[in-house]
This record gives sequence, C-alpha cells and structure tokens, in this order.
Amino acid sequence: MAWFLRSKKNIEDSQQREMPDGLFTKCPTCDEVIYKRQFEEQLFTCIKCNHHFRIGSEEYIGIIFDENSFTETDTNIRSSDPLNFVDTKPYTERLADAYRRTDSADALTIGYGTIEGREISFGCMNFDFVGGSMGSVVGEKFYRAAKRAISRKTPLVIISTSGGARMQEAIFSLMQMAKTSAVLSELAEAKLPYISIMTDPTTGGVSASFAMLGDVNIGEPKALIAFAGPRVVEQTIRKKLPEGFQRAESVLKNGFLDMIVHRKDLRATISHVLMLLT
Amino acid sequence: MASNFTLEFEKPVLELEKKIEEMRSLAGTLDIEPQIAELQLKVEELRADIYNNLTRWQRVQIARHPDRPYSSDYFNSTFGNFIELHGDRSFRDDPAIVCGLADLNGESVIVVGHQKGRDTKSNVYRNFGMPNPEGYRKASRMFDLAEKFDKPIICLLDTPGAFPGIEAEDRGQAQAIAANLLKMSRLPVPIIVIVIGEGASGGALGIGIGDRILMLENSWYSVIAPESCSSILWRSWDYKEQAAESLQLTAEDLKANGIIDRIIPEPIGGAHRNTDLMSEILKSVLIEELQELKKIPIKELVRLRREKFAAMGVWETIS
Repeated sequence: MAWFLRSKKNIEDSQQREMPDGLFTKCPTCDEVIYKRQFEEQLFTCIKCNHHFRIGSEEYIGIIFDENSFTETDTNIRSSDPLNFVDTKPYTERLADAYRRTDSADALTIGYGTIEGREISFGCMNFDFVGGSMGSVVGEKFYRAAKRAISRKTPLVIISTSGGARMQEAIFSLMQMAKTSAVLSELAEAKLPYISIMTDPTTGGVSASFAMLGDVNIGEPKALIAFAGPRVVEQTIRKKLPEGFQRAESVLKNGFLDMIVHRKDLRATISHVLMLLT
Repeated sequence: MASNFTLEFEKPVLELEKKIEEMRSLAGTLDIEPQIAELQLKVEELRADIYNNLTRWQRVQIARHPDRPYSSDYFNSTFGNFIELHGDRSFRDDPAIVCGLADLNGESVIVVGHQKGRDTKSNVYRNFGMPNPEGYRKASRMFDLAEKFDKPIICLLDTPGAFPGIEAEDRGQAQAIAANLLKMSRLPVPIIVIVIGEGASGGALGIGIGDRILMLENSWYSVIAPESCSSILWRSWDYKEQAAESLQLTAEDLKANGIIDRIIPEPIGGAHRNTDLMSEILKSVLIEELQELKKIPIKELVRLRREKFAAMGVWETIS
C-alpha cells in the first residue's frame, strides 16, 4: 500500500482546482489579472466580476472556521476496490493517481471546529479528487460527520462539490445516496440544524441526496447545481439550453435554494442562521 | 400483447421451434409425434441451457424485453382491487409513475411503480418510464397516505432513469428524489422494494428505500446504465457488454455484494414467457416477506432500515 505514502501536496498538478500557480492569475470569466496576495484576500474570487474559483476543503476551512479551531477526523479510511473495476484503466490506478495529485484523503474531508465560538460538525468535498465523486468513503465520512453532530448535539454544515456518483464503485456508490439521506433523517429527528452549501458544480447523486436536503440550502454565485449535467440534458433534448440554466441564480428563482452567498459572507451567514436556529 | 420480439441469443430456440412448425405442416397424415416430442424436449433443454448461462448484458436485454410485465400488470394481477390515484397535488400527474391502493391477499397496501409503455404511442405518454419531479412527488404523496392510514408500501422499480430534461431540472429533479430518500428512511410503515426490470440510478432509488430490497432474476440495478457507463468511461458507446460486466449489475451480483435481500426466480425464458406464473411467484414472495416484516415493532423496523443502508459500502482502514 505504498501509494498512501505520497509526498506533500503538489498544487501545480491539480488543474481542476483553478488555483494560480504563480504570482498572478487570470479570471476565466472576465480575463482580469489578479495578484496572488489580492486573490487570497478576496477568498479566491475575482475582484472585478466576482467569479468564484473552485477551491478545496483546506481553503474553505480557513474561510469559515475560527482560527485554529478545526480538527480533521477520520483521515484513515480509504476507498478499496470491491468490484475490481476496470475501464480504460483499473480503479486502483485512478485512486493512486488521485492520492498522488491531491492532498485529500478522498472527495470528502470531515471534522469539527467552531464558528464564532459555536461548535459544528463539518464536511467539505474536494472536486480535484476523482471529480468530487461519491463512493463508499464519501458516504461513510458523511455518515460519521452526521453521527458526530447527533452525539455532540451540534449543527451539521456540509459544503458540496461533485460530479456525481463514483461509477467505479457501481451499486455501492448509488447506495451512498440512501445512506447519507437516511442518517439525515436521524439528524432531523434530533432537531439539529443542517446547512447545505452548494458550490460549483454540485450534480448527480450528491445533489439528489444530501446536498438538496439542507434545512437551509445555500448556493455560491453562478455555481452549477443540477441533477443531470448540462451536456446530458442537451444530448437528450437536442435543444440549446437557456441562458443561466442550472446556475445558482436560476435554482434560487426556481425555489430550491434559500439564498446565494458570496464567499466573503459565508462565515457570517452560517453563524447568523445557526444563531437563530439553535 | 406478445410482440414476437426475439433477442439475439434466443434465435437458436426460435429456429428449432420453426422447424417443429414446418414438420407439423408437412406431415399430413404421417405420425411424427414421437419426433416432434423429441424436438420439443430439445427446445426446452436449449432454452434452459441458454437461460442458465446468461451474460450480464443478456440479462440487461431481458430486463428491457418489450413483452416483460410492467408495474401496472402486476398491480392488476399480483394484487387485487387495484385503484389508481393520480397527481402530485402541486403541478401535474406524471404517467411515468403509477400508484394507488390495492390489496395483497386481502390486506390493503399502497403500491407505487415506474411505468413504461408497450408501443411508441404509449411510450411517449409514459416518457419511456422516465419520471419527472412530479412523479417522485406523487409517490411522496402516496407515502404520506401510507403513514396516515398505517398501510405497508410496495414499490416496483423499472426505469431507465429519471428524465434529464430542461423542465425536469427547473422543477427540481434532484430535490424531488432527495426528499423521497429522506422520507422513506423514516416512514413508520413496512416498505418492500422490488426491482422488476431496469433499476437505473437515482431515478430508481427515488422510490427504492425499504426494509426488504428484492430483485427479479432477470432485472438489473446499478448506478448507471451500461451504455452510458461505456460512453463516459470508455468514451464510446461500444463497450456496453464490458461495462455491464464491470458494473456487476445483476440480481446475483447484488445478492453476493449484500445489497439486496432476495432474488425472485422467473419462469424459464423470462417473466414475459409466463406472466401468470410470474405474478403468482411474486405474490407468494410478497405475502411471505410482509408477514415477516409485520412481526417487527415499527420503531425497531425503522431503526433496522437505517442500519441496513448505513452498512452499505466497502472501504479499508489504514493505520
């Protein structure tokens, strides 16, 4: 199992994260040149057009938690390959590659910490780990985060970003939708708040299970939030998709989000909602 | 009703059957019954041989056979006194999901199932068994009825997937499915789920949480259809057989992997070869399973249901 012993993170390799690799970066939406220091101050959003760059759990933890209050848990569980799945390459190779390229233990990081002094149980997905796909490890970690919320009587806050189910875990990945939703029904019975934050993109098995089930659903600006991705929809209906289709702003208009929150207001908004719900 | 639709791997059987027909018509007054009986035996042997050695892709094809019984066929055969209820009380009635009240051996139950059509016209009406959000919300209404009147729920799964259309997305396909997963996880009534044909992804699971998950012998259940899996992972539509193998999507596979509780046998040659028999088999299994579930106190049943799904998944712990 030597592939667990990867070297420290190598952010240059993970292009899906849209992170700058030098002193400045260019906004993919408006071409604005943003300097690295400014970029970090802006919480990885564009100073000109508010484009929210894709970031990972490490950055979100820095954004929403009280300083040094976060403890990551359950870092020791790893995807196995129950079906010996092989497509154009074996699943084990894809996993090894993901461990090498990212600093994540899977597509979901969980733990606990405080936001303005209030303890929460927390999970944040990592899109750069196999497209943020949900397999058994994501399901189990979500389950443990929810169970921790129940046993500690704290709120649960989850930040999602996912291309959907992890196909290489086939039926096991489908059943994670059931597993995560089932534990949320326990959380609901315990009358504990669950805030779901959907970032770009939140689709497929994740949107059709725990991501859409928040007591309060929050979207990041312009985030793609969908069941079927736009390409699949386009192929099915063979029509051009309307402007803004499946973007957070239209999902809000259609009634499936409570609000859209700029990343710089995320911490304060979570705190505000929890203050009134607990 | 039979469409004379023949699957590629069934052709040897069909040819033998044709030969028997020919012999009969040519025989005239000659007594060829012994030879015919012999051939008939051969037909049965051949069919049994084919059906005992099906590949995963062949099972997918049987699950899609146009003569295969659909949800409403079972509602009107396995069950008695079926009366259909329509509409989600919010937007419209979705014909891709059929539900209502019925009795199982004299006990009233709530039934919910995906519904395909048999020909082009009815398939357009049923949207090929692909529900829109209002279909899941109609099912959700049935779940509320079941809770209110304390009736068991029987769900039949048979869909190529939830419909990926513009309107379906705008009306919250993801939310509609998610809400059902949550509701079914806490409903204080027994729930039995049976995959009767195709169990494709979240569209199937959206009415698929229960205390017992059963599959007909020639049905499939997976995170994605083999063709779509081929197109995404192999970037070509040509690897569907291989994708079906990799996905391990048959009833046998799911039983071996601890996802389902029981495989319901089909008549040789598939459910469509003898729909009366199939309906009877399903009925006896459902009566038996429901009897068992009713012995369990309802709080305990809900706890066990959650535990059942909590246990699903395979991972390893490193030190």
